[in-house]
Amino acid sequence: MRYELKMGAATREAWGKALVELGRENRDVVVCDADLSKSTFTHLFAKEFPDRFFSCGIAEANMVALGAGLASAGKVAFVSSFSAFVLNKGFEQLRVTAAYPGVNLKVVGTHSGISIGEDGPSQMSIEDLALACSLPGFVVLSPSDEVSMYALVKQAASYPAPFFIRAGRAKCPVIYTPGDTFQIGKAVELTPGSDITLAATGLLVAESLRAQQILEQEGISVRVLDFHTIKPLDRDAISRAARETGAMVVSEEHLVDGGLGVRIAQVASETHPCIMEYVGVRNTYAESGTPEGLLDKYGLVAREVVAAARRALARKR
Amino acid sequence: MQKTSNVAELQAIARRVRRHIVTMITHAKSGHPGGSLSAVETLVTLYFDVMNHRPQEPKWPDRDRFILGKGHAAPVLYATMAECGYTPIESLNTLRQMGSIYQGHPDVRYIPSLEASTGSLGQGLSLGLGMAAAARLNGSPSRTFVVLGDGEIQEGQVWEAAMFGAFHRMDNVVCIVDYNKIQLDGFVKDIMGLEPLADKWRSFGWHTLELDGHDVAALQAGFAEAAATKGKPTAILAHTVKGKGVSFMENNPKYHGVAPTAEELEKALKELG
Repeated sequence: MRYELKMGAATREAWGKALVELGRENRDVVVCDADLSKSTFTHLFAKEFPDRFFSCGIAEANMVALGAGLASAGKVAFVSSFSAFVLNKGFEQLRVTAAYPGVNLKVVGTHSGISIGEDGPSQMSIEDLALACSLPGFVVLSPSDEVSMYALVKQAASYPAPFFIRAGRAKCPVIYTPGDTFQIGKAVELTPGSDITLAATGLLVAESLRAQQILEQEGISVRVLDFHTIKPLDRDAISRAARETGAMVVSEEHLVDGGLGVRIAQVASETHPCIMEYVGVRNTYAESGTPEGLLDKYGLVAREVVAAARRALARKR
Repeated sequence: MQKTSNVAELQAIARRVRRHIVTMITHAKSGHPGGSLSAVETLVTLYFDVMNHRPQEPKWPDRDRFILGKGHAAPVLYATMAECGYTPIESLNTLRQMGSIYQGHPDVRYIPSLEASTGSLGQGLSLGLGMAAAARLNGSPSRTFVVLGDGEIQEGQVWEAAMFGAFHRMDNVVCIVDYNKIQLDGFVKDIMGLEPLADKWRSFGWHTLELDGHDVAALQAGFAEAAATKGKPTAILAHTVKGKGVSFMENNPKYHGVAPTAEELEKALKELG
């Protein structure tokens, strides 16, 4: 199976469009934003539903707890900003007003990872998955393209749990077809394979598919898994992949510390330990640059996934 | 519960609540008596006179909401809610024990009729504004009352919330500052002074009043003024005495977070009558 990977919209744009649709379907959907609505795409919702849009100013701590108050009172409350701000500046509020009481708050962080490009590290969220996963009860999503983002945002709205949803700034390749279905907590097997598994989330799913195409030409059978849900993790898909392929590469636009890779390794170690390699940001902050240039420099591209796969396969022999 | 506007009756309830507070904290051997005792009249006036709520139907959608920002004063909230009939009076003395509904700080997982879990200072006003915003969208007459500690408002988030409340004209919100002048490390004026505090709230766009937070009639008048104030939220600076009602605790920083001994409890109960 070969994916074309034509360029599509950014996941932040898909999130903004899904939000408008949710607004039309459910009068209880409300949105809070901290002066970044034109970047997070919540301005689409604000334009159509001004009464249900709360401009919070540049004050993320208040925004998160305010959203928790709205959610506590029965609203389907979305709060949105750049991941770097809503999670880091709002973390204590996420902990005490959302996670601890189990409030149905939906948090959407855009501009995740280093592919935001020129703005540089202060705006780049490379630890958001680690932070969000450390909140008990939170569901953490990291969709890989516009189709899955749209579908998963719609699902999250009617799923009674606090959520963190990770979106990116850059346009990204389309993997899915409108109408494809997704299940929160269940990884998608994009290609079947028996020699090695390439697990990935976000932008690195498309890179893993490109890596699969390179490796397949050499006769290597590659399973590609899209982990759009980081928490709860699909333990079954992990243990099966570990058992059936014996080697895994986990790739993500996130610090390796505390990211998807170490979470998958934990599940593998609890179920069926296997050889593992990781592609991600390693113990550093990035810099300004073009998105493509940065992804290349920091190794978040198919070439590095292929190299990691070769290391894993060599260890397997 | 029997609601009342009668000052003497409210004072009698306040006396019972104070007795519960010192007793439950003594049994727990830890807790925060000073800031619980300073807020007694505020909570009793709200729960027994001002607020529309139904202890038998705690999730009534149009209820007024109460949030204790200064969650460490949980004993005053527990004692008041127990007097209302939300929770059992007889188990108040299980405060802070494992499995007790009376957790060290208010916890909605154990008492679902609480509006919020608090304890990390600075978040209550934001939560209250969110609940009030939901009420407004729903066309509900529900109003939201938030009690903050004076030390608590050193938290920056409180002022983010204050900006939001005025900007969005949240006239269904009342923020009461329990201004007892003492925080954990000592007197507020020596730790991080707040004055001129009324000017701060006014400059943030809140209708602001100051009153004696132990004077039930003054509190009733203040809440009536807040209800009549349209287009802006109201801040009430309730001047109080930390440890109010127990002579050796009054105005004594030691009793911010230290439980009375058995002998001290006996003395306190004698004084409270």
